[in-house]
Amino acid sequence: MTAREILDILSAACLLSGCALAFAAAVGILRFPDLLTRVHAAAKPQTLGLMLILTGIGLRMESIGATTMLFVIAAVQLVTAPIAAHMVSRTAVEFNPIREDLLISDQLHDREAPPPP
Amino acid sequence: MIVVYVICGALISVAALCSLMRIALGPTTLNRAIALDMFIALAIAGLGLYSAINRTAAALPILVVLALIGFAGSVSIARFVGQDDKEDV
Repeated sequence: MTAREILDILSAACLLSGCALAFAAAVGILRFPDLLTRVHAAAKPQTLGLMLILTGIGLRMESIGATTMLFVIAAVQLVTAPIAAHMVSRTAVEFNPIREDLLISDQLHDREAPPPP
Repeated sequence: MIVVYVICGALISVAALCSLMRIALGPTTLNRAIALDMFIALAIAGLGLYSAINRTAAALPILVVLALIGFAGSVSIARFVGQDDKEDV
């Protein structure tokens, strides 16, 4: 069992779990009832799945330049995903109708959500 | 090992189909914006899978560009279009 084979097995495990998380995020974005819940699905499991996939790629590569570029991709994705999710959610809460019956508390407007009908 | 790659490719493809359905269905523009962001992240994942299978680093600069474009797209839609967002009739 050479080092290359061990790294290949580890990389296959990382790739598989990353793709499973991306699939879970896709099921979430299709099945969740409201925009705010869908933003959860698009931001969190998707980003973690992408990080795991990038780890799997890095274990397969055998050059330092490729690993550096993978760090850059991971850093860009980790910084930009929360910003995009936050901007979409703030725009949705301020300007669009969201389903109030799915809220538990509304800390943005400093009030409890209206009681369910 | 080829079985693992086929399963990963199938999972990413089905995930991309799901986010395409959300782009088609999503009653408002912001739904489509985040589904597009997720679609681009899945494109990054798919290209990364290709470069992992072939042990090539030639496709990695594409991933950097895709990540930046995906972010710029969804943030621009949220900033400029989200305020006039109405549900589909």
